[in-house]
Amino acid sequence: MQIGIFTVGDVTTDPTTGRTPTEHERIKATVAIAKKAEEIGLDVFATGEHHNPPFVASNPTATLAYIGAQTENITLSTATTLITTTDPVLIAEDYAKIQHLTDGRVDLMMGRGNTGPVYPWFGKDIREGINLAIENYALLRRLWREDVVDWEGRFRTPLQGYTSTPRPLDGVPPFVWHGSIRSPEIAEQAAFYGDGFFHNHIFWPASHTRQMVDLYRRRFEHYGHGPADTAIVGLGGQFFMRPHSQDAWDEFRPYFDNAPVYGHGPSLEDFTEATPLTVGSPQQVLERTLSFRDYAGHYQRQLFLVDHAGLPLKTVLEQLDLLGEILPEMRKGFAEGRPAHVPDAPTHASLVAAAGGAHDSSVHAVDDVTGTTDREEVLA
Amino acid sequence: MTSVVVVSAGLSVPSSTRLLADRIAAATAQALEDAEVVHVELRDLAHDLTDNLLTGFPGPRLAEAVEAVRRADGLVAVTPVFSASYSGLFKTFFDVLEPGILDGKPVLVAATAGTARHSLVLEHALRPLFSYLHAVVVPTGVFAATDDFGDAGLDARIARAAGELASLAGGADRGPGGTSSSRRSVEDRLTDPTPFAELLRTAGVV
Repeated sequence: MQIGIFTVGDVTTDPTTGRTPTEHERIKATVAIAKKAEEIGLDVFATGEHHNPPFVASNPTATLAYIGAQTENITLSTATTLITTTDPVLIAEDYAKIQHLTDGRVDLMMGRGNTGPVYPWFGKDIREGINLAIENYALLRRLWREDVVDWEGRFRTPLQGYTSTPRPLDGVPPFVWHGSIRSPEIAEQAAFYGDGFFHNHIFWPASHTRQMVDLYRRRFEHYGHGPADTAIVGLGGQFFMRPHSQDAWDEFRPYFDNAPVYGHGPSLEDFTEATPLTVGSPQQVLERTLSFRDYAGHYQRQLFLVDHAGLPLKTVLEQLDLLGEILPEMRKGFAEGRPAHVPDAPTHASLVAAAGGAHDSSVHAVDDVTGTTDREEVLA
Repeated sequence: MTSVVVVSAGLSVPSSTRLLADRIAAATAQALEDAEVVHVELRDLAHDLTDNLLTGFPGPRLAEAVEAVRRADGLVAVTPVFSASYSGLFKTFFDVLEPGILDGKPVLVAATAGTARHSLVLEHALRPLFSYLHAVVVPTGVFAATDDFGDAGLDARIARAAGELASLAGGADRGPGGTSSSRRSVEDRLTDPTPFAELLRTAGVV
């Protein structure tokens, strides 16, 4: 079971002080949070991707590479990578590059994005959202798996004899998750390829999560990847905890009441009941988190959103310290009753093992005079 | 059994909008041999509707009302006239419905106002709204100004509109989902997903 955090990179005014961090502060805070995540023993740090204020989450690959250089163990991921508006050729290059730089500590999650104008800004049509996700991902898979790709689709310039470089580390592409809240087509896509499926599981009631995860598991089995309970499921989640439950409620309430997504709407009481948001003591967070399995089944990845709604960096780091304290219990809880045949989330090491071992997949250009590659000349 | 849902957006208690809604409901039930009538009073759901606008999902009480509308064979929609149109509360309910819920659904539109000068609101506001939502709006709308509650003509219009709704709602075979829609709702697609091969074809990937 992987446990980690994800960020959307929002720059939000702290409602208790009226202060808004600068972009620079927020970007540096993101790095500090990621390093803290590694320090407390989390497995995954994922960043979102946005191309508009109030977010600083553009260019996620620079952020991940920078964090990768300052960490040793944590897996770097995305939540999400915009497969609709980002050129799949760029995604193929960027994430293969990070694979090499971090020795395989990277995977990624595909998403369609939720800001309408991003589509036209990047020359796309939002009404083609699902079709873009399907076509672009089909191309991305080929770019990672075939050395030379000829491609013609509806949404980008055709490719003739294109080789995406660098080739994936050890000949194994990064593992891919697909994130969607309410589009059955994306669960179907994840199931078809045997990829992971991630449900945001934050802003919406658990019933949405259950329906989408059920569909994905059912179709995963249908497409022959194994029994439904071996499908690779990830969930989001959010909490705010303090040693005394009432302190958590008092401290978090102004952030909740003014939060960009659900602020000025339902009460904190109603929202914690209707959605997986948990406010309370570490023990309460632990118990609620372990109950997600009741409707999602035994799953592989749990990511929490901890840095949002204007919470100051100091508070976020304290939240991570508290998470670190219950982490051993959480891992123990997730292991309890977990059938032996339920797999862990794939990692670079497990994918390499499944592929029969690492093999260098570098592609060397053919010399048009000798007709051989550099490598062949060296070996000769 | 034909199910009819009556959505009314009156704000006062008692409300003339609810009064009109009740009379239309009774006339519709009478026109149908075997009817089940469910009332959805939007005033009681006002907070839930605002929350849904802000969060993107309905709370349990609102979800129940939406589900009733989804399953209904026919709908009666009654609003007070505010600023020459339907009220914001009324519109909000129809704004938060998932696309497709009203596809092909027979709808009787009705409105109340202080003066008969607003009577065309049915034609310039309500009918276009429900046409956009792909509902089938019955030909007779029922408008009641305060004065009309003392006029025998109102009963005749109610009976005529109710008869039109009953013949559409009672006669049509709308299948188990209560809709004749060819569009597949999220619920339908969750139960019976479009196979990936078809998604690939639609996307243009061969």
